[in-house]
Amino acid sequence: MIRALGWVLRRDLLLAFRRRGDVVNALVFFVIVVSLFPLGVGPEASQLRNMAPGVLWVAALLACMLSLARLFAPDHQDGTLEQMLLAGEPLVVLVMGKVIAHWLVSGLPLVLMAPLLGLQFDLPGDALAVLCVSLLIGTPVLSLIGAVAAALTLGVRGSGVLVALLVLPLYVPVLIFGAGSVGATAAGTGAEAHLLLLGGFLALALVLAPWASAASLRIAME
Amino acid sequence: MTKSQRFSWFLFSSPQTFYPLAGTLQPWFTVLAVLLCAAGLYIGFFVAPTDAQQGDAYRIIFIHVPAAWMSMFLYLVMGFWSGVGLVLNTRLSSMVATALAPTGALFTFIALWTGALWGKPTWGTWWVWDARLTSELILLFLYIGFMALQAAIDDPRRADKAGAVLALVGVINIPIIYFSVKWWSTLHQGASVSMKSAPTMATTMLLGMLVMALGFWMYSIAAVLARVRCVILERERHTDWVAAEIGGQT
Repeated sequence: MIRALGWVLRRDLLLAFRRRGDVVNALVFFVIVVSLFPLGVGPEASQLRNMAPGVLWVAALLACMLSLARLFAPDHQDGTLEQMLLAGEPLVVLVMGKVIAHWLVSGLPLVLMAPLLGLQFDLPGDALAVLCVSLLIGTPVLSLIGAVAAALTLGVRGSGVLVALLVLPLYVPVLIFGAGSVGATAAGTGAEAHLLLLGGFLALALVLAPWASAASLRIAME
Repeated sequence: MTKSQRFSWFLFSSPQTFYPLAGTLQPWFTVLAVLLCAAGLYIGFFVAPTDAQQGDAYRIIFIHVPAAWMSMFLYLVMGFWSGVGLVLNTRLSSMVATALAPTGALFTFIALWTGALWGKPTWGTWWVWDARLTSELILLFLYIGFMALQAAIDDPRRADKAGAVLALVGVINIPIIYFSVKWWSTLHQGASVSMKSAPTMATTMLLGMLVMALGFWMYSIAAVLARVRCVILERERHTDWVAAEIGGQT
């Protein structure tokens, strides 16, 4: 089982590495969206500092959501997914491998990029650290929940918009506590409670989401 | 003995036998809905006393509160039938879930709309990012997502099952979303206007609200039965009994 997980992980990472453009595009999208906000609301530093957690987190949600199309659709098109369903290994494990690969490719770069963008918004050092930690805990949840929606909309017409419709309401708790942790640090109340709750979401999503994604994949491939 | 019990238990799980049953029951629930809503509105508008603090504007709660109750309750019912449809693989359960979604979305919308109408004279604003309002708005998004997903999938069986998974994911998420939004609004807003400060309710007000809630409940059953009949006809249009049914009616 572990070997199957490692195999899927290596395969997806290799595929992503061969098509570096897709990965870079999602990251550039994140940077551009975040950079648009100061242009929209004005360059005043105190205002930007207040907005930064929310803006960065919302942009991270959108960037993560955009890359969901890459999660199952290419494998669905070339028939790999069918072989995965037929394989002797549990589908949950294979889904888990794909989700981890998706997070490494689309979530982790956001985590690494976020402090740089936070500096643009004049966030203080401790808030930057908390921003990174909250994204580090929160973005895997986004990938896990997103996998369910991506599997549900597999091969459906207009699936891009549909994924947004399905997944964004479910991202609300992550957004609230992710952005809330940074805001709480800036306000001086401490981010521990927010981060613990984010960790709780991660634990819950780790248990339930791969299972729901596997069920959705089976429904989609019937 | 057990055999006959099983038989009666699953008798109406077939669309063919449920269709005439729904047709028989639907007028009764419609009549009940009209009577209860009329009684509830009468109590709400003419019998219940004017509120000392809010004046007559508070009377919209006779529609608002029951609609909000129904909007949440119907999502649970939808999740329940989705789960039954997914586990037992009964087509009718999924059809009922499909038929519930528009009614649930309607009540969510009514709750939001009347909430805005109540908020303007009472709070002085159409909308506040209060926990209840926000989670009700997200509930509306969840209903819309469910309907959009089912509408986008051409194969009805796949649409049923995909919708069922989504509804169940939503049912797990609703408490999480509700409490997140609640903690968020207490963190962000400080002391805003809260509905807890409302005075304890007079008995007639509570009575009117309960009667209205029952009326909305009966309306939901009637509307869902009517809609599920349409869904059954559409899904089963290739069968002989539907041909006979439609041929017999015209």
